[in-house]
Amino acid sequence: MSYFEFLGQYGDRILSGTLVTMLLTVLATLLAVAVALAAGLMRMSRNGFVSGVATVYIEIFRGTSLLVQLYWIFFVLPLFGITLEKFTAGFVAVGMNLGAYGAELVRGAILSVPKGQWEAALALNMSPARRMRRVILPQALLIMLPSWGNLLIELLKGTALVALIAVADLMFQVKQINGTTFLSAQTFGTALIIYYVIARFMITPFMRWLERFMQRMVGRA
Amino acid sequence: MFDWRWDFTIEILPRLIVATGNTLLAAGLGYAIAVVLGLVFALAQRTPSRALTFVVREAIEFIRSTPLVLQIFFVFYVGPQFGLRLSPWTAGMIAIGLHYASYLSEVYRGGLDSVPKGQWEAATSLNLSTARTYFRVVIPQALPPSLAGMGNYLVGIFKDTPMLSVIGVAELMHTATAIGSETYRFLEPYTLVGLIFLAISLPTAAGIRVFERWVRRKLGLS
Repeated sequence: MSYFEFLGQYGDRILSGTLVTMLLTVLATLLAVAVALAAGLMRMSRNGFVSGVATVYIEIFRGTSLLVQLYWIFFVLPLFGITLEKFTAGFVAVGMNLGAYGAELVRGAILSVPKGQWEAALALNMSPARRMRRVILPQALLIMLPSWGNLLIELLKGTALVALIAVADLMFQVKQINGTTFLSAQTFGTALIIYYVIARFMITPFMRWLERFMQRMVGRA
Repeated sequence: MFDWRWDFTIEILPRLIVATGNTLLAAGLGYAIAVVLGLVFALAQRTPSRALTFVVREAIEFIRSTPLVLQIFFVFYVGPQFGLRLSPWTAGMIAIGLHYASYLSEVYRGGLDSVPKGQWEAATSLNLSTARTYFRVVIPQALPPSLAGMGNYLVGIFKDTPMLSVIGVAELMHTATAIGSETYRFLEPYTLVGLIFLAISLPTAAGIRVFERWVRRKLGLS
């Protein structure tokens, strides 16, 4: 079978898998950003309990494997009465995992906003919430955006693991096709190229654009 | 509902501990491959040949932006299609070693770039060969700034070894899944796996930070 015949026959399954992978990536990214922001800010709280909760979350999710977390959420969480559908379990695991790494980025970026900015906001009598929202966070965002670019590629790669709990993403589809055709080079090779294209020609340019956009918003372009 | 069984926990613990040995072995072997191959990748980008630099650079980008689990499948299943049969361990070590070599090469690249140009000029004026300059002058100085990144990826490779279970390497995750499907109990095996990972990766990460500070002090860098 030539490669074009292969694509003709299995193209739509590969395409539907690719769309699922993209959807998973978007949902997991939204979750990761929200969780990272919350945990990153909580980690810096002066309240010991609040920062403790964030630290425990960050250390647990950074200290174990994504695959372990995914299996735990999918197979063990139901025993505690929380049953997630496999698609949900998939993006929740990926989002929570990358969110823990993101939280450290958020914390690092906030800490690296120059001290004068904090003092200026204080001198202008801004409330802590307003200071964070209007002065510190926009600048922190600019600092951490390049690292988020790398993190999002890690996230995209992480979504491939949800195939192991039978979510029909790209990885799952090519595994299935490989199981019936044994055309491993074609199936897995195509998937490798698709993941590469998403990472290199969609996520990376998008993050570059976002960086430029944010720079303009903060007035640094 | 939630019922943790201690007798079952004690019963499966020995099997999980044996599997932990395999996990550590896989991480160690994979890391050893990655450390050496990563240096090759980094040095290959510093030759006068621009074609070689381009090819290696693109290959690294490709490996870094595609999922490791897919690469493991690729290495394991593509061989037999062309008559080359690899054992799960061999395929797994090649895949994980290559993956982390491409990460480590970026770490080395940063370290190598941080060595001042004057060091090269001094080595040239002392008539040292290129190989001697690298191994006796440049790499020793490039190492300390690379240590933090190298340490992170040591913990990283350890945490990525569960992916080897997909091709049947009998590491922790594989064993836990096997126990789960024999006994229909997933609570204890998967929770224990999580705890074992935490128990190893948190102290290792802390140890690496201490080691890094120690090296920097020894070399009089801080």
